[in-house]
Amino acid sequence: MDNKTRNRLLKPLVFLIALWPLIGLLLRGAMGQLGANPIERITHQTGWWTLALLMITLAVTPLRKLTGQYWLVQYRRMLGLFAFFYGCLHMLTYVWLDQFFDAQAIVKDVGKRPFITMGTLSFVLMVPLAATSTQKAIRRLGKRWQTLHKLIYASAAAGVVHFLWLVKKDISEPATFAVVLGLLLGYRVLAAALERRGAQRTAAAAD
Amino acid sequence: MLIRKPADIPYSEVTPKELYLSRRKFLAAAAGMGALALGGETLRQLLSPDLHVEAATRLQFNKDNRYSTNEKLTPQQDVTHYNNFYEFSTDKEGPAELSESFKPLPWTVSVEGHVAKPQKLDYDSLLKVAPLEERIYRLRCVEGWSMIIPWIGFPLKALVDRVQPTSKAKFVEFTSVMRPEEMPGQRRAVLEWPYTEGLRLDEAMNPLTLLTVGLYGETLPNQNGAPVRIVVPWKYGFKSAKSIVKIRFTEDMPRTAWNKATPNEYGFYSNVNPEVDHPRWSQAKERRIGEFFKRSTLMFNGYGDHVASLYSGMDLRKNF
Repeated sequence: MDNKTRNRLLKPLVFLIALWPLIGLLLRGAMGQLGANPIERITHQTGWWTLALLMITLAVTPLRKLTGQYWLVQYRRMLGLFAFFYGCLHMLTYVWLDQFFDAQAIVKDVGKRPFITMGTLSFVLMVPLAATSTQKAIRRLGKRWQTLHKLIYASAAAGVVHFLWLVKKDISEPATFAVVLGLLLGYRVLAAALERRGAQRTAAAAD
Repeated sequence: MLIRKPADIPYSEVTPKELYLSRRKFLAAAAGMGALALGGETLRQLLSPDLHVEAATRLQFNKDNRYSTNEKLTPQQDVTHYNNFYEFSTDKEGPAELSESFKPLPWTVSVEGHVAKPQKLDYDSLLKVAPLEERIYRLRCVEGWSMIIPWIGFPLKALVDRVQPTSKAKFVEFTSVMRPEEMPGQRRAVLEWPYTEGLRLDEAMNPLTLLTVGLYGETLPNQNGAPVRIVVPWKYGFKSAKSIVKIRFTEDMPRTAWNKATPNEYGFYSNVNPEVDHPRWSQAKERRIGEFFKRSTLMFNGYGDHVASLYSGMDLRKNF
């Protein structure tokens, strides 16, 4: 299958799958099936999917290199933007449904509650990434684009810490996210180290 | 004169819950089959809410209006399908589903420690300790949500009086049941099992403290602490130990499960207090289940008239 056909088939499908958590929430909401505490459910679901999509976005590069399927990179922007999209919904749920635009309470919360500080940090770090995701911005920023977009590591880490700090006792879910993030970042460290060694060896052989 | 109330319908005349639920289950299954053909598991779950068959028995009780609130009741479905019971699951929808195979009967509660008359009470003799009454209480969870629940039980004081605490008895310790084979949550070390809780003797003897055997007119569902639990309405929900098997009178302040787990977050007293925040979140407001806007949390959960005197002179910030 050539690239064009694949994209024509696969892109709408990936888009729809990434949108499914939201569709599910809306359907359940319309049918009154969000449980006893709908606002809590919406907050958890949108937060969970923000983190999950951040992880999936971070998995694209390792997957691409390990399998040799280099076309996968064409899906990275969409996945990253979906992470930002769910992050926006998550923020909106907090600001609107949970705090009801009570600016004073929100400012106090962000300053006083470490887990909310972390969540806010994770979200804020995503903003410049989403803003520079256009083809034009990539071209304009050139090499600096790569450097800037390393911020996703910090955003994902802050997101995991946010989850870890908010649970009452059972940390199994945020811990799973932490392990996944550890593997994804660990891969990058290892790959970079191997590359450096490979380069040194090539340089030595050339001498 | 005998006034017959709905609760007086003999148990034999009540349609068994299994029977009418089985009809609903059939309908749900039929809807589910159709949905399955349409689009698989997710859609099926969307269309058929979980229906659980619970063998609940109607209870005979008087209605109390001295201590009951007249606020709007939280729907029974929410009371029984959204609650914390870590012995089954750390998820609030989990206990209803995972407690189906729990066997609340036969049951024995051992009352022991510094008492003149220690005793072991089986379920039937427990029900005979004092007349049952319905108490409609506010429940405030430490997580920031609240409900209005019609509990059925009798003041714990009736049981305390019966066993006659000695002068050494200063505290009461409650121990919940330990059955990892029936309680999947106990197979994980989230908390130290069995769950323990405690009250000061005067708190235990306060007329609000209810030895509870039912809710919404029926025996307690498994997920809400069957067959017998404590309800202490002016304290955060976790203070109200569920499925208790032991009540022990002690001289020293007992350790409690949540205090052992995170001592800086959960103190022995854990009175509802909007001015003392949980280290990680504010306790000033709460979301009443079923309401959109948050409401202000009341000092002692609104029971100050009955309990504030228990803590006079105490620094509630220190004794959180």
